[in-house]
Amino acid sequence: MAVSVDEAVSAGPARDHTPPARRFRGRGRSALEVALLTVLAVVMLFPVLWMIETSIKENRDVYAIPAKFFDFDVTLDHFKDVFVAPDGGRSALSVSFLNSVVVAGVSTVLATVLGVPAAWAYSRFAVKAKKDQLFFILSTRFMPPVVVVIPIFLMYRQAGLIDSKLGLILIYAAFNVPFTIWMMKGFVDEVPAEYEDAAMLDGYTRLQAFWRYTLPLLVPGIAATAVFALIFSWNEFVFATFLTSSDSVRTAPPAIAGLIGGTTTDWGLVAAASMVFALPVLVFAYLVRKHLIAGVTLGAVRR
Amino acid sequence: MASAPPPARGRSRRLSDRGLAVAFISPAMLLLLAMSVFPLLWALYLSFTDYSATRGGPANFIGFGNYTAILTSAQVHTRALTTLIYVVGAVGLQTVLGFGIAYLISRRTHGRGVLTTLFLVPMMLSPVVVGLFWRFMLDAQFGVINSMLGSVGLGQVEWLTRQRTALLSLVVVDTWQWTPFIMLIALAGLTAVPKYLYEAASIDRASEWFRFRTITLPLVWPLLLIAVMFRAIEAFRLFDLVYILTNGGPGVSTETLSFHIYKVAFLGFNTGTASAYGILMVLVVIVLTQLYLRYLNKLKEG
Repeated sequence: MAVSVDEAVSAGPARDHTPPARRFRGRGRSALEVALLTVLAVVMLFPVLWMIETSIKENRDVYAIPAKFFDFDVTLDHFKDVFVAPDGGRSALSVSFLNSVVVAGVSTVLATVLGVPAAWAYSRFAVKAKKDQLFFILSTRFMPPVVVVIPIFLMYRQAGLIDSKLGLILIYAAFNVPFTIWMMKGFVDEVPAEYEDAAMLDGYTRLQAFWRYTLPLLVPGIAATAVFALIFSWNEFVFATFLTSSDSVRTAPPAIAGLIGGTTTDWGLVAAASMVFALPVLVFAYLVRKHLIAGVTLGAVRR
Repeated sequence: MASAPPPARGRSRRLSDRGLAVAFISPAMLLLLAMSVFPLLWALYLSFTDYSATRGGPANFIGFGNYTAILTSAQVHTRALTTLIYVVGAVGLQTVLGFGIAYLISRRTHGRGVLTTLFLVPMMLSPVVVGLFWRFMLDAQFGVINSMLGSVGLGQVEWLTRQRTALLSLVVVDTWQWTPFIMLIALAGLTAVPKYLYEAASIDRASEWFRFRTITLPLVWPLLLIAVMFRAIEAFRLFDLVYILTNGGPGVSTETLSFHIYKVAFLGFNTGTASAYGILMVLVVIVLTQLYLRYLNKLKEG
């Protein structure tokens, strides 16, 4: 099973077998450790807090020198600007958010529909050169995106897929399939093959056995895997930048990046847009925290 | 679960199994072949030509010309050095920090879940968002970092517009985002160390340092090395953060290999050269990972 955070944060190594004489020193040390952890946590979280603060600050406070930490006027204008255009219509940013939802959602469904059956087949059957196939599948994820984007760009130009959501969906699905297969194979391996054998003794075909017995048991694993695929597609920037150009197709990452540049940058708006964009990911990541290690390592590190 | 009467026995099981395996695997394989292998083969072909995506026209075969041009280019050598400094600096820093934080967390009994979750936030954010965060904070005029430096009496630093500090900023931001990754994996390793080993050690009155050196570290080491490999591969191909944070500048001081490929391909429009460049990068990743994995396997056996 993949190591889960909950598991990883359960009971720790046994301590406190130290004789009383050393215990006092241990307590001082423990206080030092807590202090150190607190400082590290504050440093790690400060940028996020600063961004949240910036997103609710009045513009003059955003650019205040020296920076204002507490004493500022609160406004939700920046969040309004994320969704509403100055003329009252829908803003380009909100369109890009919607595009992100569509592209990430559909590519995730596609990767899941293609990846889960493949993972099951790799787990259950003696496929020729199985190890090589699996390694090949994994290795497609190690290519630098900038390298792949050049031929993909040319290919899409030929196929008329440049600047289309379908183009993004296909490439994201292709990048998520290896991950889905690797992570799902782990989940399938944990469901005893005997269930299927038993079902087949009852006269079901292999496919029926998979569908009626194994698949329902895989649902939590599928959900976790899909969430990781969703996060990847949601955050992806390189392909989104080079394969799309028009506002009606562009996803959120390049749209948010487009807010900078020129002579001035509306940092309040950038902060608010970043917040809106990051929120779903944080919620999703919290939902799959048990599977984080398998997820961030493509399922390659498991125990 | 199923209450319906079992259907009649189907055809030969083995035959249907093989058919099923093919039917289940081939769609995924086809997508991979179309979107990963085919583009890579195309890039391989282009890498031997002088093709330019804007100029169009026929691609002339020029053999290994692109490869020799890249491998002998002084520009590429400086980019390689920049990338090396960045990868070693960032991955080294996050390994030390990540392991340190994991060690501290593993020694706490309370609030571990909350702490772990909080520390993981940077890792989940998109590189675009992270790049923008930091670009804002490192701004020379109204950036909060300089503001804080000023309030403790230190001078202003032009983080992103000075050559040395720009590369340093890149290392810092990457470390900020990916320390949680190392921490997560180190924490998993640390909590998996069997308790009885510590108990045995404390019966022997072994010192804390001795326990750490002879029990904790050797058991966590292999997992940590895998985490380092993942991070090194990711850092080697880094593009988006550079693009957002520094755009390769000032000058070319933060131009990594990935960023340079982008410039050759999309600003210089030398598609053939960029393809050869890319193929070389893929080769470097494959060769280094293979060597590293071989070393890891030896370590596990030994």
